[in-house]
Amino acid sequence: MADSTAPGISRPFGYTASILAALILVGIALTVPAVVDGRPVLFALDWAPSLGISLAFMVDGLSLIFGLLISGIGSLIFLYATGYMGNHPQFGRFVLFLFAFMVSMLGLVLARDLITLFLFWELTSITSYLLIGFDHDNPRARRNALQAMLVTAGGGLALLAGFILMGTAAGGYDLAEILTGPGLQDSSLYGPILVLVLLGAFTKSAQFPFHFWLPNAMAAPTPVSAYLHSATMVKAGVYLLARLHPALGGTMAWSVTLATAGAVTAVLSSVLAMRQSDLKQALAYTTLMALGTITMLLAGAHSYALTAAVTFLIVHSLYKASLFMVVGAVDHGTGTREVERLGGLGRAMPVTAAAAVLACLSMAGLPPMIGWIGKELIYAGAATMTGAPLVIAAAVTANALMFAVAGIIALRPFFGAPIATPHVPHEAPWQMLAGPTVLALGGLVVGVLAQPLLGSVVGSALTGSLLQDRAAGLHLWAGFNEAFVLSILTFAIGAMLYTMRDRFATLVDPVLRSMPSLDAGWDSFLDWFRDLAAWQTRVLQTGRLTGYMLAVFAVTALALGATILHGRPVIMPELPRSAFLWLTVGFTAAGAVVALNTHSRIAAIAGIGTVGIGVAVIFIFAGAPDVATTQLMVETLSAVMFAIAALRLPGLVERRSRQRQLAHGAVALAVGLCVTVMVLSVTASPLDRTITQYFEENSYVLAHGLNIVNVVLVDFRAFDTFGELIVVLLASFGAYAVLKRKGRAGA
Amino acid sequence: MNSLILSVGARFLTALFLLFSLFVLLRGHNSPGGGFIGGLIGAAGFVLYSFAAGVEAARQALRVDPRAIGVWGMAIAVLSGLASALASLDPFTGLWLILADLALSTVLVFDIGVYLAVFGAILTLVFALEETL
Amino acid sequence: METLVACLSGFLVATSIWLMLSGNLMRFLFGLLLLSNGVNLAILAAGRLTPGAPPLLGAKGALPPDTMANALPQALLLTAIVIGFGLFAFALALTIRAYRTFGHLEVDRMRIAEPAEERE
Repeated sequence: MADSTAPGISRPFGYTASILAALILVGIALTVPAVVDGRPVLFALDWAPSLGISLAFMVDGLSLIFGLLISGIGSLIFLYATGYMGNHPQFGRFVLFLFAFMVSMLGLVLARDLITLFLFWELTSITSYLLIGFDHDNPRARRNALQAMLVTAGGGLALLAGFILMGTAAGGYDLAEILTGPGLQDSSLYGPILVLVLLGAFTKSAQFPFHFWLPNAMAAPTPVSAYLHSATMVKAGVYLLARLHPALGGTMAWSVTLATAGAVTAVLSSVLAMRQSDLKQALAYTTLMALGTITMLLAGAHSYALTAAVTFLIVHSLYKASLFMVVGAVDHGTGTREVERLGGLGRAMPVTAAAAVLACLSMAGLPPMIGWIGKELIYAGAATMTGAPLVIAAAVTANALMFAVAGIIALRPFFGAPIATPHVPHEAPWQMLAGPTVLALGGLVVGVLAQPLLGSVVGSALTGSLLQDRAAGLHLWAGFNEAFVLSILTFAIGAMLYTMRDRFATLVDPVLRSMPSLDAGWDSFLDWFRDLAAWQTRVLQTGRLTGYMLAVFAVTALALGATILHGRPVIMPELPRSAFLWLTVGFTAAGAVVALNTHSRIAAIAGIGTVGIGVAVIFIFAGAPDVATTQLMVETLSAVMFAIAALRLPGLVERRSRQRQLAHGAVALAVGLCVTVMVLSVTASPLDRTITQYFEENSYVLAHGLNIVNVVLVDFRAFDTFGELIVVLLASFGAYAVLKRKGRAGA
Repeated sequence: MNSLILSVGARFLTALFLLFSLFVLLRGHNSPGGGFIGGLIGAAGFVLYSFAAGVEAARQALRVDPRAIGVWGMAIAVLSGLASALASLDPFTGLWLILADLALSTVLVFDIGVYLAVFGAILTLVFALEETL
Repeated sequence: METLVACLSGFLVATSIWLMLSGNLMRFLFGLLLLSNGVNLAILAAGRLTPGAPPLLGAKGALPPDTMANALPQALLLTAIVIGFGLFAFALALTIRAYRTFGHLEVDRMRIAEPAEERE
């Protein structure tokens, strides 16, 4: 299916996906009455009950808004994609990826369990990787897809750690319980949790200094950018911030971090947006501006700021998805997205032009669009925040620049004198017009009827999810107030910037050029990381077996030694009087010493044999005749086998340098000392004879045997003995195979 | 190794080793001994024989491939272990038949299995080693 | 008695590690045998050493008047010794095979799995 060569054969998949998404939209919409009524819809499946993790979902105000946007815009995007790239040979695969992404995104915003949320969070990272890199013949697309995934997945790892800490601090992973609980602001883990969660959210929502991946992600096909980078993927970060606001927000650290990162992102990216010649790149930077603004507003604790955040989120999703689709239609109709090479398209592409103008009105924040209400609320909300003057200044700057960019996008391509384009301009097919038109008109309709249409839903997000007392009203005319004045000021500055955009360029370009490029920094970071990996492989994986063994033994010595020292062992040395025992031990040790450094194979085998016999004698001393006999037989057989083999193996030569000998000797002595101390401290503590006593009492009664050791082996623990037989037999068969195999292996 | 004394003595010694190993095996339940030790002693006898008369002669004297002996030992151990399942007991629970002074049991059968498995495993190894070098 | 056996056990472990680190497979095998002896002694000593009385019951299962040696570590040791032998035998076979393949027994010069890098 995916690689079918007949163009257009996969188009039905696009339509099907669009209808399915619409059905999901309807399904989610059915929960509206309950949610608005203050009754979140819950459903759950047990997943890992032992860890307290379940696949639990919940539709409340915040989830509802996201769910509606994701499924609604998704439906339009599938339709658009069918028109945009329905003839692509791998369109089927594309629809599959996009649908998988949509489902992941829905899972993310509906999750009621932190671990479930994380799972879907990672799934969106993976599916977006596939989508950004869809044009996989292009190395640039591959590189940018990888960059997006590494940044967001890296943040995802931090997020997982943060979630686990949250689960520890809150005593469970259930979001509903965490949010309605006492909050984690006073937890001793608050600091680490905040840092880790913000890392996750900022990377996902491309906040400064992680913003660089988003413009690069424009390597994706336009439907992907329109979907992922307007309503969904990048909004996951701000969704998380909003979702966790009741549990983590309201502290100084929270407000300062979010306000700073948001403000810097918003201002910086709106300046950069002005300077993009590629319309799609310009939209990418304005997306950053919107995300920055929302982040900044979420720093606040007042219901005005939070209402502004939620409303602006809806505003942005509507106009941005629409504009991305418009730019795709322009690209499709003319063959270019360069603003310098476009002009006067209004006649050839009237519907596209109308949608563009309408969407840009909302983007510029002009009445009676929903964008106007969003901007008014931003100013009203900013005034309630700590550091209000700075926040307002950032908001006005960013909005004024946005006004100018909206002007560029709405006016430059569609009005003025026509400019010759690569293709003769033609209107896009209906599938590609439905999306932008519906969404742009939506911006108008919900602008005019803001309170009746959106008021209750936004209200339920504020009261139900963000736990505010009430939401600010959504009104086109809220009176002649501070926000209104700021709006007028914004329009004035914006209009000035639009008309003087060339002067603006000469002013900011040198500054922009002198700024360090984070994108290039990312590349050198990756290079450095690769070098680090290569270096540690060279150092740690030398390929020398003795090196590995030295490390193993050294770690053994350290672990044993540390444990022993930690336990403060009590040692009660007592020396036996039996001269025969002393003699045996001395004899055994002497055997080991002979084997230690001799170059003679026979001497070494004799030394080892001596040790074996010495140990057997000690077994007899200790009242273990069975063990001693076995030991003797095994030692005999080992010596015989060694003798046979030694005939054909080369002599022993000590090849170690003095230095290495010292290191090896030190490690060997350390482990040996640890073993001795360990045994001594064990024998100094009382012995638990329960098991032995059981064997002694029941050996005859239950198993009719007088030799307890044998009874243990063949009766009490017969199953273990059986396992051991398997090992011995396998070892011998394995050795047989190794010895009998013909030919020289490997070499 | 062409020692006349060894090659003549080896036949008797091997027989002696085998006999002793059986004795050790059977008395194991009540006195020091058992399948492990018995198997090792029996194998040692044949190792000695292979030194004296060569591996080929030792294999012939044994008649059965040592690998087969090992596998049979294993099979006997499993069967003795599963026999208890017939009496609806957990596997590897001993079953006893006491006839006056003579106690017969699945446990003894299991020990015979151990004996054969150890015996077979060691001879497999040593013969392979001798043949290779 | 435990003190002396514990010291011997530590000494055997130390010598075995020295041998195993030597880089020669033959010496590694010596080390392997010494290691299993050393560890076996440690297990035995940890279960206490009672000279003289093996864990054998009297007629009809009568417990002897004195404490018997601890049967539990003995049962463990018996299996450990036989398993150790199996391990040793397999390692010996591998050593012989390695010698046939490489013509030497220096482990650090056996680089099929992790070939030395050509660069630098």
